[in-house]
Amino acid sequence: MEDTIAAISTSLGVGAISIIRVSGKESIPIVNKIFKGKDLNQVPSHTIQYGHIVDGLEVIDEVLISVMKAPKTFTVEDVVEINAHGGIATTHRILELLLKNGCRPASPGEFTKRAFLNGRIDLIEAESVMDLISAKTETTRKMALSGVDGKVSALIHSLRNKIISLLANIEVNIDYPEYEDIAEMTVEELKKSMTSIEVELKEILKNSKEGKMIKEGIKTSIIGRPNVGKSSILNRLLNEEKAIVTDIEGTTRDVVEGNIIIDGVMLHILDTAGIRQTENVVEQIGVKKSLELLEESELVLVVLNYNEALTEQDTQILEQAKNKNHIVIVNKKDLERNLDIEALEQQYIEVSALNDDGIDKIKNRIRELFHLEQFENRDMTYLTNARSIALVEKALDSLEEVKKGIEQNLPIDMIEIDLKNVWNILGEITGETYQDELIDQLFSQFCLGK
Amino acid sequence: MEYEVIVVGGGHAGCEASLAASRKGHKTILITGNIKNIADMPCNPSIGGSAKGIVVREIDALGGEMGKNADKGQLQMKMLNHKKGPAVQALRAQADKITYPKEMLKTLNKENNLTILEALVEDLIEENHKIKGVILENGEQIFGKTVILTTGTYLKADIMVGDTRHREGPHGERPSQHLSDNLKKLGFQIIRLKTGTPQRIDKKTIDFSKTKEEYGSDQKYTFSFDNEPNYSLEEQIPCHLIYTTPETHQIIRDNLNKSSMYGGLNDITGVGPRYCPSIEDKIVRFSDKERHQLFLEPESLYYDDIYIQGFSTSMPHDIQEKMVHSLPGLENAKILKYAYAIEYDAIYPTQLKLSLETKLIENLFTAGQINGTSGYEEAACQGLIAGINASLKLEGKEPLILRRNEAYIGVLIDDLVTKGVIDPYRLLTSRAEYRLLLRHDNADLRLREYGYQVGLINEQQNQKLQHKKEEMKKAIEYLKNHKMVPAEDTNCFLEEIGSSILKDGITLYDLLKRPEIKIEHLENFYELSFDKDVLEQVEIEIKYEGYIKKALHEAEKMIDLDNKKIPDDIDYGRIHNLASEAKQKLNEIRPTSIGQALRISGVNPADISLLMVYIKKEYHYDRG
Repeated sequence: MEDTIAAISTSLGVGAISIIRVSGKESIPIVNKIFKGKDLNQVPSHTIQYGHIVDGLEVIDEVLISVMKAPKTFTVEDVVEINAHGGIATTHRILELLLKNGCRPASPGEFTKRAFLNGRIDLIEAESVMDLISAKTETTRKMALSGVDGKVSALIHSLRNKIISLLANIEVNIDYPEYEDIAEMTVEELKKSMTSIEVELKEILKNSKEGKMIKEGIKTSIIGRPNVGKSSILNRLLNEEKAIVTDIEGTTRDVVEGNIIIDGVMLHILDTAGIRQTENVVEQIGVKKSLELLEESELVLVVLNYNEALTEQDTQILEQAKNKNHIVIVNKKDLERNLDIEALEQQYIEVSALNDDGIDKIKNRIRELFHLEQFENRDMTYLTNARSIALVEKALDSLEEVKKGIEQNLPIDMIEIDLKNVWNILGEITGETYQDELIDQLFSQFCLGK
Repeated sequence: MEYEVIVVGGGHAGCEASLAASRKGHKTILITGNIKNIADMPCNPSIGGSAKGIVVREIDALGGEMGKNADKGQLQMKMLNHKKGPAVQALRAQADKITYPKEMLKTLNKENNLTILEALVEDLIEENHKIKGVILENGEQIFGKTVILTTGTYLKADIMVGDTRHREGPHGERPSQHLSDNLKKLGFQIIRLKTGTPQRIDKKTIDFSKTKEEYGSDQKYTFSFDNEPNYSLEEQIPCHLIYTTPETHQIIRDNLNKSSMYGGLNDITGVGPRYCPSIEDKIVRFSDKERHQLFLEPESLYYDDIYIQGFSTSMPHDIQEKMVHSLPGLENAKILKYAYAIEYDAIYPTQLKLSLETKLIENLFTAGQINGTSGYEEAACQGLIAGINASLKLEGKEPLILRRNEAYIGVLIDDLVTKGVIDPYRLLTSRAEYRLLLRHDNADLRLREYGYQVGLINEQQNQKLQHKKEEMKKAIEYLKNHKMVPAEDTNCFLEEIGSSILKDGITLYDLLKRPEIKIEHLENFYELSFDKDVLEQVEIEIKYEGYIKKALHEAEKMIDLDNKKIPDDIDYGRIHNLASEAKQKLNEIRPTSIGQALRISGVNPADISLLMVYIKKEYHYDRG
């Protein structure tokens, strides 16, 4: 009956190891979905397994996993604990993956709640834990209200106000169907409002994701045909910024990461090894691999050759990159021009890696793309914790249902069910969940009576 | 002589309570101030309406009388929101104010176990927190095992007009002077509420040419699941729509301080309903509105009173004259009864259990306006539940408690008992979280079996329900097993109604999921030999399956929490670290389940966690 819940159960960024705890009926199969190692469904209870957390092909972290089956667990449900190598970014990634695969973010104190509900802990034990929890709840609530960002909470609050006023209008049409002087909420009007709410929510989500990326590093790939100068560009980016390169060599990982820092923002360069090793020999990395890399990236640097005409492979990569934050770099401008630049039909930066010419333009473009200026000035509204971001995504899903309902021409009171859901989810972010709010709104917004 | 059930008050709550108890075989007495006013409708001349109409159906499904009685004499019947989704449709009847009470009295008189007594009750007899009976105005004692108070607005009622106030109930009836004081002495918290009613106008003096006619639906309906419509659409009586004028507003603004509510009287403590403000309230609070809508509603076929819905006021009579005459068509209207505001005592409803028995005194039940509600339907359904639960108590059985996902009645009682009231409580569809489950059309499927279990629904009615359920299953099977295949006639038809044409065969079940496809459409191609109500039910369930599933999922979560019981004897003082506001609220309301506790405002999840730890430790309870 109960959902499967997940949460990071160690303080973030403090210890070397962080633990992500999952509890509920589906906990073992869910973790198994993102685990590369033994089949967790088959392993005996109360054992520890070594392996990797993966997102598709990408390896997220090397982990130890404790599998504990009900009833001898803290919550008396199936529990899985993932011991990760820490680092805010990795831990959040794993939590996000769990949420994507069917877990629900645990509310503060929920593990303990389940523990005593299922008779696991006694009063004295529970009371001391509960003291902690009630304090924690308060801070968590405060964090949601102010800790994140006063601005984003104000923005979400105003979106909720917008929605509640729509809801009140729909409700009043239902409860007072014969009040002709109260405007009937039309589907067209609703549609318009939905679009504007969606735009704002997507903006918050985009900013939040950018904010998270900036905090945790932007996954970047440099993609192009052999001999376009990918590694030279990489080297120039490094040299120019006197950045730190750390190659984490790992025998089990098929993607080697390098991190470079530009203006205080970290770029995780995916497949630096690939770039470096294959550049001067026969290129092994095919289109398929490039596209896979591209799919994983949050920023794509597409490198073209000024000296050569566009190939089909180039076009395909350019097409694919359109859905991503990307920068088109035309290298080797010191050579003769054979590239039909106009045919690109998009912004590009001409550089010469050889002469160290134009590299700063790439850097500036990255700053632009990720609104670094605004982030530095704190002029941006965004959420930083995975739970809030997951809630915005959930709200957008519900909004999508609203739009679907509108498309299908369903009765407005059906459509309203999902709209109310959006309103409730947003309330979870800001911590506003007053039940009778709608009724109060109804009577203050409209003039009704016998 | 001792009765098993004593019902005090002959309004809508009292009638349902007396009928339920006596029909369940318990010796019942109904004590009312005036037999002529039994089942009286002192305010609006209608039964049903948004949400309320669904309650009437629920009453009928459980074996109550209101729906059947309303079907007997209505002036027009309207399905509200018929263009919206099935969840929000509700019936409303303009009920004849002569026929309704007359028919109800006839029904009451037919009951062998029921005695009706004309008297005023002024005190209760109790011993060791257990009710023993009532004391009449003349000192006479009547003993009973259970007592149900359904006193309506008659506890210390004051009628207010302009700067005058006098102790009187609706229709000039004498109110009960001492009962509320005596309840206070027993320890009850008494609150004062207020409501009002508009003028009644002589039909002959209205110029209807300046108004817009409003008729009922052009399809026939009944409230009761056991009735077939027996009225003619042509004979429906219209209501009439008018609007207030700038002159009306000017008169009200100029004389505002003469209204009882705005300075005419300075000792008003009662809180009026937000959903039906007086006309002066509307003009003050919504000052930018240029006009307000009013409905002229006929009260009866047998006399000429017209009710002005939307015009309730406590202005003095001379100002009321001016106000009425400023309305279009009413320039020369004759006022037969002036509008007034009424203040009355009520019990703060968190002092009740979900069964409507008071927590303070065993076997004492209260229902209707005494519990802080407003409306005939709200009263009737509480009366029915109180009647049923008083009987079940006598029979040594568990009370009937409807959940929020089962009935509007469940929503209403849970709201009252868990949240209390600020102003007189009216049901609204917006109060129901799972309204898609609480539809007009499925009230029988939701509740008839409960009615059958408690003994108010007979074998034949139950058979009919079971048959309907069987038929629904068969209909769904049929729709799943039959396919529409692409052919000239089918695709031509689909195109015609704006649906996409078929490339492959599709089951009728899946086809029905398309919003533009109605079940009638399928009847052009298939022989659906099922009753209309079966097809309607099946169509709704298929078409809105996705939404219904969502609602069921949400409801399950609530049920889970509601199944986590809180022991009756819990001592909140002993739970360490519980926030003081939570402690106070929990003590006051004494919720029976974790779910109910969560719905109390001022109790937060951390408090609930502490509560659950405590219960676990002290009572070794297993969940659910």
